[in-house]
Amino acid sequence: MSGGLYSTDSNDFDKTLDLTKIKPYGDTMNDGKTQVSFTLPVKKGEEAIEAAKQMMKKMGFENPQVVMVQELMEGFTFFNCYGNCTHTVDFTGIHVPKVESTTMDMHETDEFVKENIGRSIRVVGASTGTDAHTVGIDAIMNMKGFAGHYGLERYEMMEALNMGSQVPNEEFIAKAIEMEADVLLVSQTVTQKDVHIKNLTELVELLEAEGLREKVILICGGPRISHELAKELGYDAGFGMNKYADDVASYAAQELSRRLNG
Amino acid sequence: MQRSKLGLDFEKVGHAKEVSKRIADDVQKFVDNYSTVAVERTLCRLLGIDGVDGNEVPLPNVVVDAIKDKGVLSEGVMFFIGNAILETGMNPQQIAEKIAEGELEITTLPIRSIEEIQNAIQPFVDENINKIRERKAKRDNYLDTIGEGPKPYLYVIVATGNIYEDVVQAEAAARQGADIIAVIRTTGQSLLDYVPYGATTEGFGGTVATQENFRIMRTALDKVGEEEGRYIRLCNYCSGLCMPEIAAMGALEGLDVMLNDALYGILFRDINMQRTIVDQYFSRLLNGFAGVIINTGEDNYLTTADAFDEAHTVLASDFINEQLALVAGLPEEQMGLGHAFEMTPDLENGFLYELAQAQMIREIFPKAPLKYMPPTKFMTGNIFKGNVQDALFNQISIWTGQGIQLLGMLTEAIHTPFMSDRYLSIENAKYIFSNMKSIGDEMEFKEGGIIRQRAAKVLDDATELVEKIEKEGLFTALEKGIFAEIKRPKDGGKGLDGVVEKGSNYFNPFIEILHKK
Repeated sequence: MSGGLYSTDSNDFDKTLDLTKIKPYGDTMNDGKTQVSFTLPVKKGEEAIEAAKQMMKKMGFENPQVVMVQELMEGFTFFNCYGNCTHTVDFTGIHVPKVESTTMDMHETDEFVKENIGRSIRVVGASTGTDAHTVGIDAIMNMKGFAGHYGLERYEMMEALNMGSQVPNEEFIAKAIEMEADVLLVSQTVTQKDVHIKNLTELVELLEAEGLREKVILICGGPRISHELAKELGYDAGFGMNKYADDVASYAAQELSRRLNG
Repeated sequence: MQRSKLGLDFEKVGHAKEVSKRIADDVQKFVDNYSTVAVERTLCRLLGIDGVDGNEVPLPNVVVDAIKDKGVLSEGVMFFIGNAILETGMNPQQIAEKIAEGELEITTLPIRSIEEIQNAIQPFVDENINKIRERKAKRDNYLDTIGEGPKPYLYVIVATGNIYEDVVQAEAAARQGADIIAVIRTTGQSLLDYVPYGATTEGFGGTVATQENFRIMRTALDKVGEEEGRYIRLCNYCSGLCMPEIAAMGALEGLDVMLNDALYGILFRDINMQRTIVDQYFSRLLNGFAGVIINTGEDNYLTTADAFDEAHTVLASDFINEQLALVAGLPEEQMGLGHAFEMTPDLENGFLYELAQAQMIREIFPKAPLKYMPPTKFMTGNIFKGNVQDALFNQISIWTGQGIQLLGMLTEAIHTPFMSDRYLSIENAKYIFSNMKSIGDEMEFKEGGIIRQRAAKVLDDATELVEKIEKEGLFTALEKGIFAEIKRPKDGGKGLDGVVEKGSNYFNPFIEILHKK
């Protein structure tokens, strides 16, 4: 049997879970096993492999193993590596800002709106700025929804308008005023060079200039958006990956109810 | 009669194509009477006008705007430039420069006879037509000498924003086996009503399409191609408000593949339909003449609407796009009609439905280098599953003989591809294309089975849809939201103010030359 199939690493570390010092888990508690892949801008060879190992060590891995080396073109070498992470994280001290709402399904949300708001919620959504991607806003708003979660257009108690992509912030705000929107949804998919941050910030500034910021529930979403980032940028909530229309609708309904009913 | 592995009824196919031809002919009746600012700028470029003025405004825009501001664009740039050649003795480039400097008022010169004007401009027309012919001959020579990779061509994108970084990425991809390099355009370029100038190093989500950037990448790919012994094709985006200008630039600089689809612009970029349909006709004439393969954007319908329920809209649009291309003299061998592998992975037997549709499109458009798009909508950030999804997609492609394989990236939905992502993607495709090479020759589909029934159903639904579109006319059908559930008004969207009805002096000698080949 050749080496590498079974771990011959020393096994004399503490194998009990301590939430103040967690580590990546491979197949044994606290083994720290991690897979990493990256490319180095050097020629393939023994020196390249050594460079990859040193890189792993600097990243905090013990026993770095380079399991695959592939030259992508001359001067660029791709590595798959494994190593034992030496760092730990205190899980008990973690606090992540989250959207404070209970996720309800479409019928529950419609019922909630009827009981607590007594009229339809007006929602305007768009992929704003130069962003041409509608996949995010469509997943949340379109009748059909996404992955079995119906979009806002299907809700009985939502009057939802999806303006599509590449909507300038000014146009978006004009439509919000015209519709007397309660909720604004902004989707941002393109994030290269942080173009989404600039665009999201500009919208908040424009809303503040118009004296509208406090009158609407302002929500952003996209694959690289977190609630924390959204709050930082001056939004009421942010929805990232694996969030659906249910999450957005539940939050919007509960937040609007909170604002109207105290 | 063509034999179908799917039991397709080719009489039905023929009928759907006849209906679609009537739809295209109806559109063409409108197109023949109109020009646009983009078509006129293209003519400037085809007369050799290039460069920018002191404010970075491209000279083709300067010339066309000068004529449009006087309200006489209906007569066309050929008329005014031809006349100015006679009156001033200058060539088109010098005329454009004088207009930019405010030293020439091109619309108020004494007007010569139309025959004189046409004769004056002909040498410049011939000169640039010859440049395009030479460029095409250079490609043909490469294909005859160093050859090309087998189909499906492996198509990958580069999108760094910096043309010089793109060259590095493209070279790596070509060395790993890519056959087509597409330089993704910077976000929002399709909505610019001018083409930026010169080499560029800044872009968002892509690189600015400029003639100089085309030249830089073409030169790099020729070098790699010679070294690898395989011609590497270059793809860009001939869409948006500058559609025909990009076609002209591509024809002059030796691009091989162009996204070129008015329907896509109407639906997904909210470009006015009259504008872009007129633009598309002239751009397809150019693409056809230059030997450029066009790619159509039907796959995008499925990122918005449901891939299972709306599959027939893809086929219907392919039917119409085929006819709109034929009207412009673009041969079937250059029609990269689009479709996609976009059903949700949760769908039971989804692979069978995708296989049915891919085989169906293959048989309906037997000569077309079909452009097959990878899964994108249901890529999640789980790169390991993503690699499996891409593998299923690759299996269908080799099985059904697709023409252009837009390689799926396992990091789709995360970032623009790393160099290593492209490597893994090419490795995936090459493995499957080799390991399953002849599976299509070995397999037929069970009579009455899921696959045959699916193909028949999609064809029936698509036929019904084109019949409906014929009754309404394409423009009205688009107003009613027939594709991707998106409605676009005939007089809405971007670029309508750049459409102009042709006047009595209007002439465009390129149309006849490009048609005749």
